[in-house]
Amino acid sequence: MKLVPIGVVVAVLVALPFLISGYHQGLATYVAIYFIAILGLNILTGYTGQISIGHGAFMAIGGYTTVLLSADQHWNLLATLPASLGISFVCGLIVGVPALRLSGVYLALATFALAVSVPQFPLKFSKFLGGSNGIHAAQTKSHLWLYVVGWSCSALAFAAAWLLLRGRIGRAFRAVRDSELAAVSSGVSLPIYKTLAFGVSAAFAGVAGSLLVLVTNGYAQPGEFGVLLSLEILIGAAVAGLGSLWGVIVGAVFIGLLPSVAPDVPLIGSAHGQDVVFGLIVVLIMLLLPNGFAGFLRRFEPRVKTTIKSDPKTS
Amino acid sequence: MLGLAKRKTAVSTGLSVPVLLLLLAGAIFLVIGSLSSSIFAQQTVAGLAQGAIFGSLALALVLIYRATEVINFAQGELAMATTYIAYQLTLWGVSYWLAFFLTLVIAFALGVVIQVVVIRPVQHSVIAVVIITVGLFILIDGLVTWKWGADLKFMPAPFGNAVYHAGSVAFSRQDLGTLIVTIFSVILLWLLFQFTKLGLAMRAAALRPAAASLVGVRVNRMLALGWGLAAVLGAVSGLMTEPTQFLQPTMMQAILLYAFAAAVLGGLESPAGAVIGGLFIGVFLNLIGQYIGFATPELRLPMAFAVLLLVLLVKPNGLFGRRQVRRV
Repeated sequence: MKLVPIGVVVAVLVALPFLISGYHQGLATYVAIYFIAILGLNILTGYTGQISIGHGAFMAIGGYTTVLLSADQHWNLLATLPASLGISFVCGLIVGVPALRLSGVYLALATFALAVSVPQFPLKFSKFLGGSNGIHAAQTKSHLWLYVVGWSCSALAFAAAWLLLRGRIGRAFRAVRDSELAAVSSGVSLPIYKTLAFGVSAAFAGVAGSLLVLVTNGYAQPGEFGVLLSLEILIGAAVAGLGSLWGVIVGAVFIGLLPSVAPDVPLIGSAHGQDVVFGLIVVLIMLLLPNGFAGFLRRFEPRVKTTIKSDPKTS
Repeated sequence: MLGLAKRKTAVSTGLSVPVLLLLLAGAIFLVIGSLSSSIFAQQTVAGLAQGAIFGSLALALVLIYRATEVINFAQGELAMATTYIAYQLTLWGVSYWLAFFLTLVIAFALGVVIQVVVIRPVQHSVIAVVIITVGLFILIDGLVTWKWGADLKFMPAPFGNAVYHAGSVAFSRQDLGTLIVTIFSVILLWLLFQFTKLGLAMRAAALRPAAASLVGVRVNRMLALGWGLAAVLGAVSGLMTEPTQFLQPTMMQAILLYAFAAAVLGGLESPAGAVIGGLFIGVFLNLIGQYIGFATPELRLPMAFAVLLLVLLVKPNGLFGRRQVRRV
């Protein structure tokens, strides 16, 4: 276990709110939100090999759960987070069942369908879900509160993902990813582990969605959860590198901070130039670092270790 | 001899009798409905015109899918960008139809360049290609908005605004023109694939890349050509969309999604299936919007995707797809 890098990251995160303004704390919270969502997608795509372009939909489900519970039932905002975790988990399981029959490009299209369809429902059922203006949570919170809650959730999510992936379930996930046939022959149940991966991944996205709603002054609107959000999370996961937990922070920083780079930087500063840069970087990263940031880091790992491990006498 | 014939059917598209009967029944239903109600007829023709646009974009997706088994998520944005190029040409004083054909040439070049520069290096990995096309989606969107702005732009109407009357039914010249241009371009493409040596080489490269390269087909060149032709079809669909939606950077996004549904309905591998799927989605959405009160415009996208999901779950190979058998 890499204790030193964890210690450094935690120290920076604890010190950060004392050093930066409220506005920048808000930005840092966005990074935390993307961190959780990308982590979730990485469990599904990177570890289980199922692609999803629909995680914005699960974020929408989480976000609307939080706002509805707060506005209609007057729940404490913190208490809504486990609720949205649970509801997104169940929704993920439900989506995971039909997804069992799909793979590759077909699964990408089906989940894309989900990302496009879900934001249409608040428009259709506007009495209950507020239409295009959205609905508003009962309270709004300070930047500092959001920062602390956002990064605490991130830490919990990271720990949960690490514990999940290092054990039996993680091994089963990776077995499914590498070869479904081999996994089945070794007694790994495909239906159970594939739907489980969808559920866990959706639960992460749901919590990220709840936090996203809170950080946008407590408003849940269909526009927040459009197709672009799903695409951004996929891109974040690609930048991070699939199948690695360590790259996720880089992917989250990339997605979270690029849109807020100072407006006086040429090209990036203007609203549309930003998309140009965003798209260019995505294409370049896929061409130059096909395994994302994690793959980049892996290049510097000492090769000796791996040769000792694969020595036929010891294995 | 028998073995040879068997192999042939395994490669050809899976046109089955029940599917043909179903299509025939659908066509008869539309004809009878149109004869008995003028609103029905009007909605059907408008639906067919829209469906032809979905179909040509779906065909672009299918061309690329057949060759490399990936979906080009940037296909719609590419179509939108080429429509803006046509707009720029008309601004410079080029007449509409000259601009139309110049744009097709430019679109072809653009498609080829994209394949060679960014797709070819990663074409072995489906996830990488998907993410690159998603990146292109955002990049093209940004470039167009940056250059031309997000507000509505208008081009000269290609077919004029005349309306024809047949009995009590009104057909706009626009709808008929769209239908004719898209169907015509699809037929041209079919002729290219079916009756020219180039088309044969492209089909060979898509079906059996290794075997094709052994008999001297330059597979990579054929794949690039495929991307070029897909971009041309996309440009046709973009140019035909413009008169009804006007020019704005988001104009092809919903249409791309309908095209996805159409392509999956047709089986993702079948060109004819993509076109018929497009026509079906267009007519289906129009009729259901007309006659079912619950199906308000907000539900158009979810309904198209309900079709997509249903097809994927019930008949994953679509109406015309080949059954895929994989050896392990």
